[in-house]
Amino acid sequence: MIQVKELTKDYGSRRAIDHISFHANKGEVLGFLGPNGAGKTTTMRILTGFMPPTSGSVKISGYDVIDQSLEVRRIVGYMPESVPLYPDMTIFEYLKFMADLRHLKEVEDCVDEVLEKVDLEERSESYISSLSKGMRQRVGLAQALLHNPEVLILDEPTIGLDPAQIREVRNLIREIGKEHTILLSTHILSEAQQICNRVLIINKGKIVAEDSPEQLQSRLTGAKRVILKVKGDSDNLEMVIKKIPGISSVRGIDAGALEFEIAPGQDVRPEVAKAVVNGGYNLIELRPIGVSLEDIFLQLTRDEPPTLDKVEEGNDA
Amino acid sequence: MRNIWTIAKREYRLYFSTPMAYMISFLFFLVLGVLFYSNLLAYSYQQYAPSINIVVGPIVTLFIFVTPAITMRLIAAEQGMGTIELLLTAPVRDWELIVGKWFGGLLFVLTLLAGTLIYPLLLNQLITPGIDQGKLVTSYLGLFLIAASLISLGVAISTLFKNQNAAFFSTLGAVLLLWLLGAPAEASGSIGSNILRYLDFRSHFYNTLYQGVIDLSDLTYYLSLTALFLFLGTIIVETRRWR
Repeated sequence: MIQVKELTKDYGSRRAIDHISFHANKGEVLGFLGPNGAGKTTTMRILTGFMPPTSGSVKISGYDVIDQSLEVRRIVGYMPESVPLYPDMTIFEYLKFMADLRHLKEVEDCVDEVLEKVDLEERSESYISSLSKGMRQRVGLAQALLHNPEVLILDEPTIGLDPAQIREVRNLIREIGKEHTILLSTHILSEAQQICNRVLIINKGKIVAEDSPEQLQSRLTGAKRVILKVKGDSDNLEMVIKKIPGISSVRGIDAGALEFEIAPGQDVRPEVAKAVVNGGYNLIELRPIGVSLEDIFLQLTRDEPPTLDKVEEGNDA
Repeated sequence: MRNIWTIAKREYRLYFSTPMAYMISFLFFLVLGVLFYSNLLAYSYQQYAPSINIVVGPIVTLFIFVTPAITMRLIAAEQGMGTIELLLTAPVRDWELIVGKWFGGLLFVLTLLAGTLIYPLLLNQLITPGIDQGKLVTSYLGLFLIAASLISLGVAISTLFKNQNAAFFSTLGAVLLLWLLGAPAEASGSIGSNILRYLDFRSHFYNTLYQGVIDLSDLTYYLSLTALFLFLGTIIVETRRWR
């Protein structure tokens, strides 16, 4: 469905994306995970024909995004990150306008259908300027779904929504993803976990990891981090903890609080608890902390060979 | 063709949902009305029958200010709001976008022009044996051609900006430049000044259509100018993608 080969985009001398290749199959929800400025939006803008790449090729359903741009734009539904809308139109007028540009037949039925999908039927006569952020987000999504596109590209689809709406949108995406190909970007790991079949992690314009969310997490959470807190006297606590086998990178984070890593596969928390209590400390907390996206990034960038930076500089010049 | 109509229709409607259009129309008709009345008075003192030039002349001058106000938002607002991303990722060709925007603006000017027809009709009642109808037709044909070319200039310039005010003042500057192109050539007779004289925006109207004469070279001038600016606008949108 989506075939991306050696895609590169330079903004002046800055390289936004650097020879990335990936593919997405029919019925797959592919997540694009990365921090701001990683190149997610740039990649999506190239895929939707908004801007051309510096080099490399993109094929969507066999159509080339440069040579057959119109065909690509016909089969792709796109919701840009900023969800641009016309504030001086009503929801219905706006969707009808976009449907007319796509030459849809029975425009009003199409509009009613997508309004039902995003749960905005009752607001169809409201002016877009009067809508909340969450509603605008849903109008943007409705626009992307209008023509029942083969490929749906969503740039941060759940940003700015309240938790109930986030759940609705995620369910909607999962539902659509059964028949269509979806590429979505996010910086929330749990979101990627919930809705994506496969995740690409992109950083500084490069793909640093690609796998199913489960695989990715188990691979990356190999070492578990734990926070330990005691009440009152905490002298020599660090020494006590360090003596326990299977524990590494102990560091104090606060008075009476420590953070350390447990080697994969051996949960030594009972030993830690025993040692703390036997040492005469008042244990109040022993808590594993989840691995956040930032941690994964730290891990991934730590794994990078140091020579890469030099290569990048060479490319920039 | 369908996309052009879709885009033009949206633009045309949008004029009536913003105060801008009403302000433009109000000032436009206010100035025209005042000038019409004072001209009538002046002519009646001199006991001359005025021609429709007393209506058409002021309209042409008002176009200098009105057309930039009409075109300033056309593309610039889309770029400011980011909605250009929607249009450029919809299955719409770049030239269809430009021509659609141009046509929407032109339709609004045509609406204004249709409103101004009240003055020639009034004049027709006031003077005997009535107005020169041939001149009415050529003058309004000229007004249409002037509007078409100035709107296309405005659309092309609007593609360069995200800010509507910047688009307004740049277009105003460009229109004035086009207006005054022939001025330096008036005194001399060299080849350069002959070229300037041909390119002069006003002379193609005032020397012929305004006097009731149709000359093919004037039609060609305004139509090629329109085509040129629409082409430039399309090129700018295309290169915008490559930046």
